[in-house]
Amino acid sequence: MNSLGAAASQALQLIAGGDPTLLGIVLLSLQVSLTAVGTACAVGLPIGAVVAVGRFPGRHTLIVMLNAAMGLPPVVVGLVVYLVLSRAGPLGEMGLLFTPTAMVIAQAILITPIIAGLARQVIEDAWGEYREQLRSLGETKLGAALTLLWDVRFSLVTLVLAGFGRAAAEVGAVMIVGGNIAGVTRVMTTAIALETSKGDLPLALGLGLVLLAIVLALNAAAYVVKESAQRRYG
Amino acid sequence: MTRPTDMRAPLTLLPLRLEDVVFAVGSRRIIDDVTVTLTAGSRTVIVGANGAGKSVLLRLCHGLLRPTAGAIRWNAPEIDGAARRQAMVFQRPVLLRRSALANVIYALHVAGVAPEERDERARAALRTVGLEALGESAARVLSGGEQQRLALARAWALRPEVLFLDEPTASLDPGATHEIEKVIAAMHTAGTKIVMVTHNLGQARRLGDEILFLHQGRLVERAQADRFFKHPASPEAAQFLEGELPW
Repeated sequence: MNSLGAAASQALQLIAGGDPTLLGIVLLSLQVSLTAVGTACAVGLPIGAVVAVGRFPGRHTLIVMLNAAMGLPPVVVGLVVYLVLSRAGPLGEMGLLFTPTAMVIAQAILITPIIAGLARQVIEDAWGEYREQLRSLGETKLGAALTLLWDVRFSLVTLVLAGFGRAAAEVGAVMIVGGNIAGVTRVMTTAIALETSKGDLPLALGLGLVLLAIVLALNAAAYVVKESAQRRYG
Repeated sequence: MTRPTDMRAPLTLLPLRLEDVVFAVGSRRIIDDVTVTLTAGSRTVIVGANGAGKSVLLRLCHGLLRPTAGAIRWNAPEIDGAARRQAMVFQRPVLLRRSALANVIYALHVAGVAPEERDERARAALRTVGLEALGESAARVLSGGEQQRLALARAWALRPEVLFLDEPTASLDPGATHEIEKVIAAMHTAGTKIVMVTHNLGQARRLGDEILFLHQGRLVERAQADRFFKHPASPEAAQFLEGELPW
């Protein structure tokens, strides 16, 4: 028996037929992960820029912590967010546990250090090149940080994508804080885990293919953007 | 060309006084006890062998480095946070990933020039260096000579009282060098004090009114350019000229 072949062909039928369950899961996944990436960028990019350009006490400690936090274990983040958002937790009143918002929070916490840490490296390299010129023009540290952030924008595309990849592929944290509730908090990764354990391989495989396709398409798009921009702007 | 007055505070920046300036890294004195006064008007060219401390001296004057000992005093010190009244052009121009025009506008923005004035002033500066046709081109894909002219246009647009140049033509071919020298001469004519480091003694002759000769971090000789090249007063300068001049 060729269960992989059968599952794959059924999976392709689900995708081609626009199966509503599959579509709903994909859309929710994208919504959660994109919101998390947006939040992480809004927080992480300025942090990365300020740490790259600024000189303040504790900077080295902060860099080490940022780098260490890039490898935060998702289940631990999930657990902590769960405790904070659960009924008895400090933010329990808000009733966010088992909602997409809770999943966004968990994913944003996971990828903010990745975005901030990688941005710090990229911007610090650029700062080495630009520092004298910007200081000569009389630019402030804050102004320099913003200028650099914009000037390395094409390199940032890649690291934002790394953040998205991590968010979209992550299962432990969203499983804990989202609860994998059908139609509410079921995303691609949690659905794949569930359907696999239930034995519904076509849906699991279909979702897996979609997940791979999305990540592949985004990487291809980012590569094209970066290459063409680099040719144009040097 | 008349000098605009909008960037002028009541007092001029110059003269610039360096008093017993030392810049040391560890125990090594890169600038060793330099005392000199730079006055408005004349073009000052700093020459010396590799490692003599020319670029470091320029950076000390421009405020990019702080002296280890001694004092650097402007007649009217720049106020922190206010627009700078001096500019610097580096050996390798550092340009932002945006158009040539936007690079000049950025500098004007940092200098606090009113938004409605920036575009006109930036275009005028590009015209001055002959880059008006390339205003919309991305700055970092211009040729080396064009990039350096853009760096000069950026400095020009700021209308500085003093312009420091650190070997601005070191990596350029003769044609591009000639273009750069033309712009520097024009800025001098417009009233900007030129302080330039160069390796190229021909250039020092063409552009220099007075020469500062540095040797191992010390200011060994200061003289009018023609006198320096004909009759160097110090043995170090004589030796340097002998070694550098092919004729």
